[in-house]
Amino acid sequence: MQKKENQEVENRPDNTAFTQQRLPAWQPILSAGIVIPLFVLVGLAFIGIGVALFVTSRNLHVLEMDYTGVEKTSPCFSCSDPIKQKNCKCSLSFELDKLFEGPVFFYYGLTNYFQNQRAYGVSKDYNQLSGDLDYFTFFFSIVPDSTCKPYRYDVNNKPIVPCGSLANSMFNDTFNLYQMKNGVKEEVPLDGKGISWWTDYNIKYRNPSVNPLRNAFNGTVKPLYWSKPAYELDPTDTANNGFINQDFLVWMRRSALPNFRKLYRRITDGLPAGNYSLEISYNYPVIAFDGKKKVAFSNVSWMGGKNEFLGIAYLVIGSLCLVMSVVMLIIYHWRNSSPDAN
Amino acid sequence: MPWMSPLARIRDALAGQRARDKDLRNLVSNLPYEGLDKWKQPNRHFRNNGIKTTKYSVLFFIPMNLFEQFHRLANLYFVGLAILNFVPVVQAFEPEVALIPICVILALTAIKDAWEDFRRYKSDKKLNRLPCFVYSSKEKCFVEKRWKDVRVGDFVKVESNDIVPADLLLLYTSDPNGVCHIETANLDGETNLKQRRAVPGVCITVSNTDILLIIHAVIRTGCLGFSHPDLVLKQHLGCTVRNTGYAVGFVVYAGHETKAMLNNNGPRYKRSRLERRLNIDVIFCILLLFTMCIIGSLGHVPLYLVPQTDGHLDTPSLSSFYKFFSMIILLQVLIPISLYVSIELVKIGQIYFITNDLDLYDEETDATIQCKALNITEDLGQIQYIFSDKTGTLTENKMVFRRCSIMGREYPHKENGMFLCGPKRALKMYIYKIKILMFTKSLPPNQQETEVILDQKLLRQIRGTEKIDAYQDFFLALAICNTVVVSMATAKRLRVSTAEFQQTNQSNPLDTLSSLVRRAGSWTRLRAPITSETSANDLTTQGQSVNQTGGQTCSLHVPPQGTAPAVPAGKLCYEAESPDEAALVHTAKAYGFVLMSRTPDSVTVQLPSGAQLRFEVLDTLSFDSNRKRMSVLVRHPISKQCILYTKGADYAIMELLETPYGEKQQKAIASDTQQHLDCYAKEGLRTLCIAKKVLCDGEYESWAVQRQHALAAMDNREQLIMDSAVQIETNLCLLGATGVEDRLQDSVPDTVMTLREAGIQVWVLTGDKPETAVNIGYACRLLEQDDLLYLDHFLLLSQVTCTSILDCGLEEVRRYSEDPRNVDTTPDISLVIDGRTLTMLMSPDLRDRFVDLARHCRSVLCCRVTPLQKSEVVKLIREKLKVMTLAVGDGANDVNMIQAADIGVGISGQEGMQAVMASDFAISRFKHLKKLLLVHGHWCYSRLANMIIYFFYKNAANVNLLFWYQFFCGFTANAMIDHWLMIFFNLLFTSVPPIMFGIMDKDVSAEMLLGLPELYRTGQGKGEYSFFTFWISMLDAFYQSLVAFFIPYFTYRGSDIDIYAFGTPLNTISLFTILLHLSIEIKAWTIVHVFIILGSVTLYFIVTLAYGVRYLNYSGYWTLQAQMVDPMFYLVCLISTVIALLPRYLFHVLKNSITCSPIVEARHLDTLEPSTRDQWIKEWRSFRGRVQDKTSDVSVPPSPSLESLDDDSIMDDEFALNVITANHHKKANS
Repeated sequence: MQKKENQEVENRPDNTAFTQQRLPAWQPILSAGIVIPLFVLVGLAFIGIGVALFVTSRNLHVLEMDYTGVEKTSPCFSCSDPIKQKNCKCSLSFELDKLFEGPVFFYYGLTNYFQNQRAYGVSKDYNQLSGDLDYFTFFFSIVPDSTCKPYRYDVNNKPIVPCGSLANSMFNDTFNLYQMKNGVKEEVPLDGKGISWWTDYNIKYRNPSVNPLRNAFNGTVKPLYWSKPAYELDPTDTANNGFINQDFLVWMRRSALPNFRKLYRRITDGLPAGNYSLEISYNYPVIAFDGKKKVAFSNVSWMGGKNEFLGIAYLVIGSLCLVMSVVMLIIYHWRNSSPDAN
Repeated sequence: MPWMSPLARIRDALAGQRARDKDLRNLVSNLPYEGLDKWKQPNRHFRNNGIKTTKYSVLFFIPMNLFEQFHRLANLYFVGLAILNFVPVVQAFEPEVALIPICVILALTAIKDAWEDFRRYKSDKKLNRLPCFVYSSKEKCFVEKRWKDVRVGDFVKVESNDIVPADLLLLYTSDPNGVCHIETANLDGETNLKQRRAVPGVCITVSNTDILLIIHAVIRTGCLGFSHPDLVLKQHLGCTVRNTGYAVGFVVYAGHETKAMLNNNGPRYKRSRLERRLNIDVIFCILLLFTMCIIGSLGHVPLYLVPQTDGHLDTPSLSSFYKFFSMIILLQVLIPISLYVSIELVKIGQIYFITNDLDLYDEETDATIQCKALNITEDLGQIQYIFSDKTGTLTENKMVFRRCSIMGREYPHKENGMFLCGPKRALKMYIYKIKILMFTKSLPPNQQETEVILDQKLLRQIRGTEKIDAYQDFFLALAICNTVVVSMATAKRLRVSTAEFQQTNQSNPLDTLSSLVRRAGSWTRLRAPITSETSANDLTTQGQSVNQTGGQTCSLHVPPQGTAPAVPAGKLCYEAESPDEAALVHTAKAYGFVLMSRTPDSVTVQLPSGAQLRFEVLDTLSFDSNRKRMSVLVRHPISKQCILYTKGADYAIMELLETPYGEKQQKAIASDTQQHLDCYAKEGLRTLCIAKKVLCDGEYESWAVQRQHALAAMDNREQLIMDSAVQIETNLCLLGATGVEDRLQDSVPDTVMTLREAGIQVWVLTGDKPETAVNIGYACRLLEQDDLLYLDHFLLLSQVTCTSILDCGLEEVRRYSEDPRNVDTTPDISLVIDGRTLTMLMSPDLRDRFVDLARHCRSVLCCRVTPLQKSEVVKLIREKLKVMTLAVGDGANDVNMIQAADIGVGISGQEGMQAVMASDFAISRFKHLKKLLLVHGHWCYSRLANMIIYFFYKNAANVNLLFWYQFFCGFTANAMIDHWLMIFFNLLFTSVPPIMFGIMDKDVSAEMLLGLPELYRTGQGKGEYSFFTFWISMLDAFYQSLVAFFIPYFTYRGSDIDIYAFGTPLNTISLFTILLHLSIEIKAWTIVHVFIILGSVTLYFIVTLAYGVRYLNYSGYWTLQAQMVDPMFYLVCLISTVIALLPRYLFHVLKNSITCSPIVEARHLDTLEPSTRDQWIKEWRSFRGRVQDKTSDVSVPPSPSLESLDDDSIMDDEFALNVITANHHKKANS
């Protein structure tokens, strides 16, 4: 505008649809007549989805058991104070009255556990976890990352690897599942492979490329609450150690909510009906913060684990839409007849 | 001087400061000091002529701009938060991330500022580099220098058509009279030439070549005292020397000290009403934020490092205290930081569309609307009161002479009237015929103003031999008594040839034509003056006196050679300060009395006989608004009489007429003329009275002495000058009166009607007399036929009576509105007030009543008001009624009013640019106001209001997700969405759609808005942006965020989902909800809308996915990818979005189906075919109109007093007054 004037061109504005604000426009008016079919369609679709979800969810089974041992009757009562009771073991018996089709996912669960606290969550050194050896050793209070405090150095000022509260507080109960077949304990095979995210295992977390792995950890100490150093987490499988240990990876992926489950193992063949005994090596203290420990067996489908909420929600909203369409119809008729009367 | 002590430097600097500050400037010429050290220059204290309007310098741009930006509280707040985030204990984000938004916003603003400053820099540079001639004593001639090198104390030569470089003291001009003409069109738009005279006593003897002499003369005399207003060639940019060979001046003020720079105050900052409301809501947001943060800090669960920890832990209260700040950092987006930037962008877009509107473009002047205030576009949509000037605003301000009355005889100029009936058509025919008749091809563009159709009777009177005195005097007065400057339209001299001499008579073709058509005989009569006029040049040059018919006054005097300005008989161009004057001069010219030239000392008039008279001008008593008249005192060249010609408002002249002792004729003339004047006024003509007075020499001389005293006086000069003028303007002899018509502008009545239908009260504030104003009021449909007019004439009444009259009026109005039959109608009362009454009504005791009464009136007309009163009225209404006001005017007298109103609109018309300069919006026609307000105003308001509400909603909806999450993460100010994505969410994914919404949304089409003005009412008062709508949308934001959080929460509760996998659907739901919410709000979808909304969604997915791949470090690594292969993600997003939007959707559906607000109905109509739609609009309007008619028929107020006032009696103010007071007394008694 200003420019045009300076150049002394004719000031006449361009006569285009855009500048004259005459672009072809669609002006939908949300009124009863138009939305009735929409509501009917949405309602029907939602009811369809809702039914599918609900039915799928119904077919899923879940068995959840608390083994914290707060009550005296609880089998793990004796172990509930792990400070006093080192390497305490307890066993939990349960009965399945129908077959859990495979694959069955075996979870451990914690409640009232704020893995999503901010300071807790950031308390790790990413460079350590990606296998950068420079971050394993003490380096002028820059390495490891200061967010790891107070789990950065031990009393001797040796760096902790992996450092930080998150790694330090790794869940360390272990479970063995036995099926009671005619009074004989038969161990159910648990599959611990691929329980973590593929990207975590293959890309995000890396071990230092030092062979054997333990040499990489020279001059460092294991996290305070760990019983074994990182390179010995899985004595059975050397590839499952260090920072790419599946259980470690699962733990490091922080849960979103304070009551959560984490995948422990998979049972590929499913669990036939019968009596089972779960042997727990009870290490992890939760009583102090009023937490609960649980185990859960669940089979999964395309929609994940059992969850009736979403199906019900779809059904409710679907029906609501249908009701709404009826209401709209009434309004529509009332409107269409009344203006003439006016 | 090579060195001097710092103390001396300081002393010198102080001395310089004093020299600059002094009222009296002692200047010394630079010439003797040329080439010396700077230190020895006498004028070193004064600024040089370089100008610098830039705010920043390249080196210090960043610190200065930041400093400037940190004046904004909001910016400080956000920087404070970003810094706070570097403190580890309260950290909520990675510190660097938190800096990004504030940096982006500061950078955007800085770029904008830098660009603006660069433009200023470029224009400064262009100006500073302009060449000009400065006298150099070394070279002994004028050398070319650049503007910025000109210094105070230099001698500058300015040639014709050059721009004056600085404030100059005019010493010499090439004009023999020492006059220099300047044009100030670029400065104030006034195209008439103004005269400036060289300093007397300097330039008398010098010839062209001896400029040196003057200069030396000045230097030698050393001290010349001047006061500034008269002698300085003022004004910096855009003041051009015209019609003068060259002029030499002495630089008095340069650079930033020039008048032009001092007057340049930069743009004004107005804050729109919406923005004021907005700030209140921002405060609500801050309160909300604090509440949320307090909840957060109270609920905070101290960090518990599982299992037992030996680390140091803060006490719970301290950690809560820290968390309060963390929460503020986390939830800071609730205070919409980007809102202010977005609003600015939206307004730029809106202004782009307003300035590009073809309907607001005027072909004739090739001007579009100019938006000077960039931040009050939305106020255009809320106007409740319009205060309009009359002349030049409602009317064209192109004066056309219509009728005159001379010596009590009326000359109606009927043909002129006919011409006016159909101006366009008549003009066409006229042009056509002229073409045929005269074989001329072009007509001057300003033909319309100058044409006058002669009255045959009057023509005969002039041509006739008897009784010529008064008639001649009358026209002489018209020609002389003014300040019109004569200039040549073309410098080309014209030969006297038949083909061309027709062309030379701009004013005559039509009269020639008409008389030709009517009576072939008159042609020959008319030829005589024309021939003589065009041959006038020969007459003058030959110095030959021609004696023609008629008594003493007609004997001719040929001006002495040399001193007379050579007037080529070319196209005379009259440049008048007011169009009335021009019209009168043109009239005189049409009747053969041609104003040939005007210098400060003389006026040359050519008589119909062809002879030229050169009148010596003894004095000019210029027009002022107190006297309402102007006079010119001339000495007649033949009779040597001193004659005073006076022209002025009728009441100003009539009072001063010679009291005729028994001279019945004079008395009769006065009364007849008065009658004619009343008649003219009723027709809406502007009337002027012309009078004359012959002074005897003694009388003049004694007065002249007094006048000299007055002019020389130091104190109270103005008053003394006026007194002296009043003294001589007595015992006038009435010559006659003129009626000049000021045509209504194109489609003014329609515009006024439409604006009133739109619920806007239109007030007209004019300096004209009531009769004229009332007539214009009727003409432009401001007043209706069935209106009741209170012609308040309180002049002689006491305040108590005034109070009672006002009370009485109010009572009537109240009774009317209380009457059940008058629901929804306003009483058809219009108020007509004159200036003096207004003064009384504005007094503190009465103003409340006055405002109350005026509020109930349909329209108000204030006559004879001064500029100051205009602004006072605007202020009063604005403050008392708390309404949005708009003032529209075109002249300097409207500037006060324009500045007082919420929105000032200037009309770039005939009266220069002052109004436009002061205005916020400058339009070229009054009718443009209609589209500007009804369409653009409505759009801008509804767009911006909806955009702001949406913005608040958007931020609240997004931030609340974080808040709800705090309940599940122990209030540790943790976010479940990656911080980068959170930043991008506001900066990239959801920023463009609301801006587009604010620029381009259209709730109702322009056709509907113009067709149904009452749609405008939605914006008035609170409109769409109110307390209610704000909180509704905030509640909606809370609801939607609850849905967007808790549906995924219940879905994923107890599962093994990790933080960012949980946050991804939340963020996605939030995005969809926010964008679809906007889609519900968008009223008209164009390709741009679709593109931007889809673009935002695509951008979200692309950026999030790309980001998830690229950065291993990123906590949300691969999250969206993982989620997108999970069907649950889509199911959760789908249902959450639907549930979140359902209430708003339903609300809109129900609102559109059940309620029948005009906007909704208009939108329904909008979807119809254009033809059916127009049909509907007509029906609607007629339906509404009928309803109104019906009610007003039924509901004549049951008041005998008001009923009895019919149209005729209304005009009679005495009567109206009596009735009302009587009525009041009755009431008081009972």
